[in-house]
Amino acid sequence: LLLYAAIDRGDEILTIFIGLWLSFAANSSIIGSFSQILVLFKKDLLLEVRQQYTFYGVLLYVASTIFVLYLSMGEPEGPVWKGLFWMIQLFVCVNAVAKSFLQEGRGRLLYFFSITGARNFILSKLLFNALLMLLMSLISLGLFVLMLGNPMPNPGYFIFISCLGGMSLSLVFTFLAAIAARAQQSAALMAILGFPLVIPQLLLLSKISNIAFADVIQGGLAGMIVVLVGLDIMLVALSLILFPFLWKD
Amino acid sequence: MLRQKWWKIVCVLLLVYTVIAGFLGNVPALPILDETIRNLYFHVAMWMAMMILFIVSVIYSIKYLRTNNQIFDIYALEYAKGGILFGCLGLVTGSVWARYTWGAFWSNDPKQLGAVIALLIYFAYLVLRNSMTDMDKRARIGAVYNIFAFAMLFPTIWIIPRMVESLHPGGMGNPAFDTNDIDSRMRVVFWPGAVPGWTLLGVWIVTLRIRLQLVAEKRHVSEQFKKKISHA
Repeated sequence: LLLYAAIDRGDEILTIFIGLWLSFAANSSIIGSFSQILVLFKKDLLLEVRQQYTFYGVLLYVASTIFVLYLSMGEPEGPVWKGLFWMIQLFVCVNAVAKSFLQEGRGRLLYFFSITGARNFILSKLLFNALLMLLMSLISLGLFVLMLGNPMPNPGYFIFISCLGGMSLSLVFTFLAAIAARAQQSAALMAILGFPLVIPQLLLLSKISNIAFADVIQGGLAGMIVVLVGLDIMLVALSLILFPFLWKD
Repeated sequence: MLRQKWWKIVCVLLLVYTVIAGFLGNVPALPILDETIRNLYFHVAMWMAMMILFIVSVIYSIKYLRTNNQIFDIYALEYAKGGILFGCLGLVTGSVWARYTWGAFWSNDPKQLGAVIALLIYFAYLVLRNSMTDMDKRARIGAVYNIFAFAMLFPTIWIIPRMVESLHPGGMGNPAFDTNDIDSRMRVVFWPGAVPGWTLLGVWIVTLRIRLQLVAEKRHVSEQFKKKISHA
């Protein structure tokens, strides 16, 4: 309990420092907003390093889920492997990203509102969650290969695809986490809203990942990667446009 | 304008024209399709009506975010519900058509899947709205989600299904509506009759529901007012 209190107080001191830093950084416009994003990003990273709650929590989740899959399925065939991988990624993403807005209490959100712009705030969250999911994708890919075997002839492509896919999923769920946090609901609402919205991405990803599973490279895949990247850009743009409306109360 | 009668008469006339000319008019005799080709006037036109209703809905959501006027939120909600209704009708008419041409009600065609995903996204919109009780917050978050959902419509029903093989006509490219694809005898029923007819019917249903909502709200407000008076 003492330890927890110390961490908690550490957070408060940290946030006050961030406030000072942000007001200092806000003096110049574009460079200011960039450095604000960087400061907010550092704050998320620092919280993560100190608490180590999301990281190890999700890691435990990934490891135990994949272990259960290994116990029940052994080493599955390529298509099953691929389907399982993206499903696990989906749930990992929900768990990893849900915390990003729910951890910020009402008071702290108000505090951020007074010291920084909505766009800087959402951008820092998007950046942090994208990097978190990048890491998580690589870890779960490693665990998948370790436990469920490697059915891919071209694993090199799949590393790239899983990084891209993890980041794409994180973009959708970051925005949904913002909505769910404003609706004052738990992560359950986020999952309900999110699942229909990520189906297009999951379909694209599972089509694109055929590159890694087939010996012959099919046509039309480059176009799909372009669509996926375009979708990601659209998601970031929408978050930037719409988040200021969510933010004010 | 919406309380006027003339466009409702036009709507009924267009639909009567669509049904009569649709069932009795000449159509090209094609193998497999045979007489089911007449479903074009219902199935395809209903999807177009759905798309138009969703576009109107998202315009009202944007208006709501700009003005914070509660009425626009009711408009956006009801137009979205109208769009969902026509989406469901399009799905049902489509799967009946598929039963007679492709042999099954459902065959996991990319366009069928895209349509279902689009409808699921809009169902999530209704769920999200119901999860909140505060009127103002519900309207604002609903509007934000509605715009987001509309943007997601483009990959789900306009882009991804066209990139993969499909049983629908016009797969791997542009769907069927340039001058070479649709027979001229059918075009005179489809464009002037079926598309505006179904769209107007959708708008009619939606405006009725909007008026119902507004009346309910007014009554609610006046009851609150009466309560206040009787307390005072």
